[in-house]
Amino acid sequence: MTATLTLRDDTLLLSGRLDATGCAAIWPAARSSAATTVDASAVDYCDGAGIALLFELSQRGIRIDGLSDGYAAMLQALRPDQPLAQRATARRAGWIEVLGRVSARTLASVQDRIAFLGGITVAARSLLLSPQRFRYAATLDVAGRAGADALPIVGLISFLLGVILAFQSAIPMKQFGAELFVANLVGLGLVRELSPLMTAVLLAGRTGAAFAAELGTMKTNQEIDALTTMGLDPMRFLVLPRLVAVTLMTPLLTVLAEVIGLFGGGLVLLTLDIPLKTAFSQAAQTVALTDYVGGLFKAAVFGFGIAAIGCWRGLRTGSGAQAVGDAATSAVVTSLVFLVVSDGLFALAYYYLGW
Amino acid sequence: MSEPIIRVEQLTCAYGPVTVLRDVSFSVQAGEVFVILGGSGCGKSTLLRHLIGLERPAAGRIWLDGAELTASEGAARQALMRGFGVAYQSGALFGSLSVLENVLLPLNEFTSLDPAARELVARLKLRQVGLENYADYMPAALSGGMQKRAAIARALALDPRILFLDEPSAGLDPVTGAELDALIKRLAGTLGLTFVVVTHELASIFAIADRALMLDKSAQGMIALDTPQQLRDHPPSAPVRRFFHRETA
Ligand SMILES: Nc1ncnc2c1ncn2[C@@H]1O[C@H](COP(=O)(O)OP(=O)(O)OP(=O)(O)O)[C@@H](O)[C@H]1O
Ligand SMILES: [Mg+2]
Repeated sequence: MTATLTLRDDTLLLSGRLDATGCAAIWPAARSSAATTVDASAVDYCDGAGIALLFELSQRGIRIDGLSDGYAAMLQALRPDQPLAQRATARRAGWIEVLGRVSARTLASVQDRIAFLGGITVAARSLLLSPQRFRYAATLDVAGRAGADALPIVGLISFLLGVILAFQSAIPMKQFGAELFVANLVGLGLVRELSPLMTAVLLAGRTGAAFAAELGTMKTNQEIDALTTMGLDPMRFLVLPRLVAVTLMTPLLTVLAEVIGLFGGGLVLLTLDIPLKTAFSQAAQTVALTDYVGGLFKAAVFGFGIAAIGCWRGLRTGSGAQAVGDAATSAVVTSLVFLVVSDGLFALAYYYLGW
Repeated sequence: MSEPIIRVEQLTCAYGPVTVLRDVSFSVQAGEVFVILGGSGCGKSTLLRHLIGLERPAAGRIWLDGAELTASEGAARQALMRGFGVAYQSGALFGSLSVLENVLLPLNEFTSLDPAARELVARLKLRQVGLENYADYMPAALSGGMQKRAAIARALALDPRILFLDEPSAGLDPVTGAELDALIKRLAGTLGLTFVVVTHELASIFAIADRALMLDKSAQGMIALDTPQQLRDHPPSAPVRRFFHRETA
């Protein structure tokens, strides 16, 4: 049995089951009727949806008659004589206001980054002053997750990178009979540029995002607040171990990436009848120590940046599951921008240093 | 007596190797307010999670509204689970939706009311729990007790036949708690909704409960099932007496 609605003179007769299904059928008609009274004596069930319908009618000044006591009490408890709060309408901001807000936000964000770097510096200073307070176990744990656990993926990508690089350059080089110089190209390319960059990109996706999500979840669960009120500085307790671990792990992973990448390139040269030994000694002749050290230094800076950005985004997470996702996304995006920009700066610096 | 709306037989609840509850059996009649009591960590939330199908029992059977929850799978299980409302101990509001949108969600998904009508129903639920003026707030901007009330409003949105509330009045002031009790009583009395409520508040137990089931951690199961007056005046065992007379062991 469902709900029915009939209009007799200026009385609206309601009957049947006023639940969500019943109300959906009669609500539009009830809304547009010009009745002044409702006769609800034939209503035999009326849940929240039905009460809402009666509420709307009585808000319009329509008298409700014949409602059984229980339902009448439910309706009265909702105070139908008092209007409901309405949705607040958002005010549209003018372009000057928008511009001002955006500039203020950008400025605040830049300030915040500088303050965060300052916080790291302060924490690092206290670490140097009292090294026994450093969290070595936590650092090792992060190093394991960010470094050792990343070995397979870094190895795979580097191997393929070496193979691709050698293969692509071998085709034009062969036209000039200069296959041997493929080893120079692969060696220099990997050591100076590609291995540090590729390792850092992988770490940004793996570790930077993980840091942001981890710290972001801790933030939304008030765990960061709990640490702070216990007198444990989140900088020292959470950020510093991550920074140290990733800054040390990235160069190590880069060394591995270089070795595996060179091996991949060597395999391609092997198919061109150049023995591995020749290829490696050729590469070793071109790659100077400055190339090698420069690449590793770059990798350490990349690692530091990725960890700092991940932690920063995590600690600045808003509340809710979505905010944690946003923090992880922006950690990756910011890290990638950081990598490209700082790689460019390194190229300039090494050029002037004559490395 | 008619067929009970909830029937539990020989239920054993375990997390992996750790058994929390053993051999729990009871049934709840439609329109009843059924309260689950017991000390912290005795398995009240665990029992509730089994009743709403979030956990699979290690042994035993559960019937809801005539259908066996423990034997249903897939779409049938989902349909069964849709038939009731739940307010979790922690609130469990959707953080990316405003308070009003949280309450609107079930109305949007499961009713054919037009948008204006849905919004009115949702706003009235919020008025019922005293959150009318916080409709556009995000859950994170609410106090703990307010989040709880918003969760109750969401559970009530569809006036489901069975409502499970995990410590609804924890974190509420006595006045708001009493209003909530009155609301539960009214919905059970007028609409015949069935409530299964976990609570520790003695005042609330006497205000709403038709019957109370008491669990105990050391007994790993139920130690009493009766009306609260009976449990208070004639406690069957020492733990029950201690609970109702607030004695220490
Ligand atoms: N996911 C889980 N895995 C393992 N054990 C659990 C899990 N959830 C709860 N437990 C254990 O089950 C027992 C009962 O927990 P439960 O949450 O049901 O307690 P409770 O009676 O609701 O307590 P409170 O009043 O504090 O909410 C506890 O000993 C707890 O450690
Ligand atoms: Mg609990």
